[in-house]
Amino acid sequence: MADRAELWIFLLFAIPLVIAAAGVVAARNPVNAAMSLVAAFFFLAGIYVLLVAHLVAFLQILVYAGAIMVVFLFVIMLLQLHDQDMQDAKLKAMQWGGIIGASGVLTVVALAIQQAGEIHWKAVPESFGTVKAVGMLLFTQYLLPFEATSLLLLVAIVGAVVVAKQRI
Amino acid sequence: MTISANWYLLLAAVLFCFGLVGVVSRRNILVVFMCVELMLNAANLTFLTFARQQGTMNGHAIAFFVIAVAAAEAAVGLAIVIAVFRTRGTLWMDEVSTLKN
Repeated sequence: MADRAELWIFLLFAIPLVIAAAGVVAARNPVNAAMSLVAAFFFLAGIYVLLVAHLVAFLQILVYAGAIMVVFLFVIMLLQLHDQDMQDAKLKAMQWGGIIGASGVLTVVALAIQQAGEIHWKAVPESFGTVKAVGMLLFTQYLLPFEATSLLLLVAIVGAVVVAKQRI
Repeated sequence: MTISANWYLLLAAVLFCFGLVGVVSRRNILVVFMCVELMLNAANLTFLTFARQQGTMNGHAIAFFVIAVAAAEAAVGLAIVIAVFRTRGTLWMDEVSTLKN
């Protein structure tokens, strides 16, 4: 029983995650899609904890489910959507082609994963995925990308204000 | 770990394809954006799976950068959505086609 615990916990997070992801795609109303996406981010954070990525799981909830989704909901509220904006028109042939193409991609990738055989885990140290260990990595080996990220975020802030503001 | 890495990779593939279906079949710009976020998350899940499988933490650093880039993308993208809605009064991707011809 104990050795099955991980499988059960995985399924406990994975099944609602897939349902929430399907809800994002299928929802008629953008607000419902946004709420499904928040749920998907929370369940994904649970999967990250299973993968011993504690810092990334924490960031996932803080940045994705917190900051990014608040921005999404704010924009949906600001735009005062009308009822005709909510409903998707009937799918065109091109869109059906896209859906079939996407399921083809899924089939190919799933077959590739199956062909790879069982991929086993390597042992990890006690400090794996902790704030300290990932922080050490970010501030030594990945220092330049880290600083570039701060610059990117600054540019994004200025760019968002310039694009969205009517008169500067 | 009693279950193999394949399960996590398969979950990431399913998530990515849901995002892909949303991007190609939905016509509301906001929903398309959310589906792009879903695809970025699927990529993150793959990074973290392989980081755990290899026992190195480089994947965690990459996932951190992906989250930062997704935040920047959401900020700029939603600003563009607001600008488009202001000038055209629509969120319909098919109606925003000035650059097409």
